[in-house]
Amino acid sequence: MSFRMARRRVVNVVMLGATGVCAVMSVLALCFILGYLLWNGGHYLSWDFLTKLPTPVGQSGGGMANAIVGSGKILLIAAVTGIPVGLLAGVYLAEFGGNTMTFMVRYAADLLNGVPSIVTGIFAYTLVVLPFHEFSALAGGLALGIMVIPVVMRSTEDFLRAVPGTLLEGALALGTSRWRGIATVVVPAAFRGIATGILLSMARVAGETAPLLFTSFNNRYWSTGWMQPTASLPVMIFTYAISPYDDWQRQAWAAGFVLLMLVLLINICARALLLRGQPTGR
Amino acid sequence: MAAGSRPPQAAANAKSFAARLRNGDEIAHLITLIFAALVCLIVGLLVFQLYRNSSVSRHQFGWTFFVSRAWDPVFGDFGALPFIYGTVVTSVLSLMIAVPLGVGGAIFLAEFAPPRLSDMLTFVVELLAAVPSVIFGLLGIFVVVPVMRTTVDPFLQKFLGYTPLFTGPIYGVGFLTAGVVLAIMIVPYILSVSREVLLAVPADQREAALGLGATRWEAIWQVVVPYAKTGILGSIFLALARALGETMAVTMVIGNDPKISASLLAPGYTIAAVIANEFTEATGKLYLQSLIELGLVLFIITVILNGLARLLILATTKGGTIQT
Repeated sequence: MSFRMARRRVVNVVMLGATGVCAVMSVLALCFILGYLLWNGGHYLSWDFLTKLPTPVGQSGGGMANAIVGSGKILLIAAVTGIPVGLLAGVYLAEFGGNTMTFMVRYAADLLNGVPSIVTGIFAYTLVVLPFHEFSALAGGLALGIMVIPVVMRSTEDFLRAVPGTLLEGALALGTSRWRGIATVVVPAAFRGIATGILLSMARVAGETAPLLFTSFNNRYWSTGWMQPTASLPVMIFTYAISPYDDWQRQAWAAGFVLLMLVLLINICARALLLRGQPTGR
Repeated sequence: MAAGSRPPQAAANAKSFAARLRNGDEIAHLITLIFAALVCLIVGLLVFQLYRNSSVSRHQFGWTFFVSRAWDPVFGDFGALPFIYGTVVTSVLSLMIAVPLGVGGAIFLAEFAPPRLSDMLTFVVELLAAVPSVIFGLLGIFVVVPVMRTTVDPFLQKFLGYTPLFTGPIYGVGFLTAGVVLAIMIVPYILSVSREVLLAVPADQREAALGLGATRWEAIWQVVVPYAKTGILGSIFLALARALGETMAVTMVIGNDPKISASLLAPGYTIAAVIANEFTEATGKLYLQSLIELGLVLFIITVILNGLARLLILATTKGGTIQT
């Protein structure tokens, strides 16, 4: 009996330790990624990298200024196309929706959220690249915009629903119309949460590579306007990382460093915004 | 929607409709409705476009597309089998590594770690989920592949080389490497969702088990985990759907060779990777449409998996609240 008890105790301690090891390993993975990129990427980061164009093959130096600007352009299109749709659809679900419509929209958003990003890329390709016969920033931005919609929609709906109904009723009692009450009282009350959702969605698509490969493609020079092939940081990282040139590989590290810092910074800001907003948001 | 309840009489209804129109309520309703409908429309259009733009390939190959091993752009003969095989193998491998890690970590964070430490570690793990996949690919090429080539693969071949799973020349890139990189990427999903599910298990369940004299581990493994098992399964399905659709990291470390080999050390190919690599180079309608049909296949698989995952997670969290 006591042997059995001892065995149970040993199993207890061993398994508790094992779960702890699992948790620590998962956390260490992030620390390793961060550390390795910081070390390598920070090493190769330079002023030239941020301000110069890529040089021709075989010539060292140069940078990724066009890719940084290109990423900005693509993200701008994504924000302009994706955020309004997600926001207003979220408002509809939280404030106006009937039963069937709500179910259908939610289901569609869940589907959209689960679609592999490369499939979204194919979709944007068939919509924009095929008819216009040209890779373009517009196609890439549209692909990312589609990915933004479900994230913004769900967070908008959740945070609007968390606003106490008495707030809207108070506004209505003062004689405002319903939409005015929603626009001036309910949405501002949930503002921090909604902003967090928007920031997180942008952080998520900022690092997306797969849907850009055959929509915005790549470009070694500046792209003017919205209908030209456009370089972006993630695609540049991919192209340079699988290239056989040492210099390009170093630049891939530097670009990875810039991209990761950007994504993590937006993430941390978004979460900080939400934490600070908690007392007033509820 | 109590605030917007409408009077039953038709006359009053019509009048208040005009009033609401003046107020702008109906207009606001309509505008938001249009955008909500747009979300549904996009999904419908996505399916339609994938279906329509793969028609040539579908007619040419029919169902043999799924069992053919051919991938010959020159003669225009395409089959999906090597890619389906590669996708399944890498995903299963990644689950075999990530499930113990993720569920174990979730148990620790939900049951043992002090709440503040647990929140902090969860925050870090969720940041891991935010790291772009191309960054994982970058680390995969320059860190994981060399380690696999010089250390892990030779070790496995030395001790397990008598099985067909670890034979053949060692390149560093291959199914196993892709599985390892994928595992690192999906652990955060399993961990954070499983933790939520475990935290939703009512406290009296584990208190009852402890009260009967169970050790903490026995209480967790025999009572709490079985109670939460549908939700944990849901998190695994969610991670599986991610792994299947993951493109960049896999493309960079799998070796991109459309072959079916029993050895996990051999290079392979996945559906997402072949689309990423060959889409811009696809010359001719049939080639391009075969790739789009692969995209359609990937879409259908992930939709089914995501649906199952959501049902499972919903079932547990709802079941938990009803039974308390």
